[in-house]
Amino acid sequence: MSVVTPLMLAGEAVTSRLWIGTGGLTSPESVRGVVEAAQPGLVTVSVRRTSTLAAGGLLSTLRELGVRILPNTAGCLSAREAVVTAELAREALGTDWVKLEVIGDERSLLPDVVDLVEAAATLVDRGFTVLPYTTADPVVARRLVDVGCAAVMPLGSPIGSGRGIDDPHAIEAVRAAVSVPVVLDAGIGTASDAALALELGCDAVLVATAVTRAEDPVAMAAAMRHGVVAGSLAAGAGRIPRREEARASSPMHGRVTV
Amino acid sequence: MQLIVNGETTQVRDGLRLTDLVPEPRGVAVAVNGAVVRAADWPHTQLRDDDRVEVVTAHQGG
Repeated sequence: MSVVTPLMLAGEAVTSRLWIGTGGLTSPESVRGVVEAAQPGLVTVSVRRTSTLAAGGLLSTLRELGVRILPNTAGCLSAREAVVTAELAREALGTDWVKLEVIGDERSLLPDVVDLVEAAATLVDRGFTVLPYTTADPVVARRLVDVGCAAVMPLGSPIGSGRGIDDPHAIEAVRAAVSVPVVLDAGIGTASDAALALELGCDAVLVATAVTRAEDPVAMAAAMRHGVVAGSLAAGAGRIPRREEARASSPMHGRVTV
Repeated sequence: MQLIVNGETTQVRDGLRLTDLVPEPRGVAVAVNGAVVRAADWPHTQLRDDDRVEVVTAHQGG
């Protein structure tokens, strides 16, 4: 199969396995350029205070582009804050999908997985489709699925670090632990990191900083699109086993002897 | 009376309703004292002295 199939998530088809975060994109033109180059399946936005008169320009740009918007609860430091922020996002944006973030430590930006599971359970009860940002831990991933999350989003390395996937084995362990989609979130630095995520069995990747703060965000967005396609195809193509020693690819038979 | 709108203290006339404060519901959401108020309820939501009102919309974010 040489075509990447759509990702089925909560019963709906998400057309691309590359999701883009808009953090760091400061103008409508930059949003447009990145979205057109990335052709993402989802685009994340945060929910922030506004003046009472102006509904966000970002929203109108994204609606013009016709992309699916996924609000997040970025910056929330407790289950309670995250639940209220998700409720506000549902009201403002008309979607019950939410990327759930509960930050436990403002220095590392690692998730507070105890509050995360609590907030996820509450939001599932209130009819949300919950996509939680979590540590790359199969036990936590199973807990999140147990309370009804539609996917899990383990981090490859800390948010914005660009280190790529610190522990590929942990990502594989999360993949093996759950049957819902696994979306690698956080830490991607370049296109090969995105490809690796798919090769490890992730169903999609969410990329923000690596694109939005690249020297050329539009070029990096295009690179990410190709990286995700390459990784997805490679994951389905059955890679060769790793070997300790060399194995000639050309036949020995018929070679010239002098 | 006074309200705290997005963290800032604002003087408003007594009897103000939420719809007077936020006339255009498209793309925004409102919480009063930590509870989300649906747009359909704004016209009959009476604000009270010292209410904390949060008005939010989509912003760039990962």
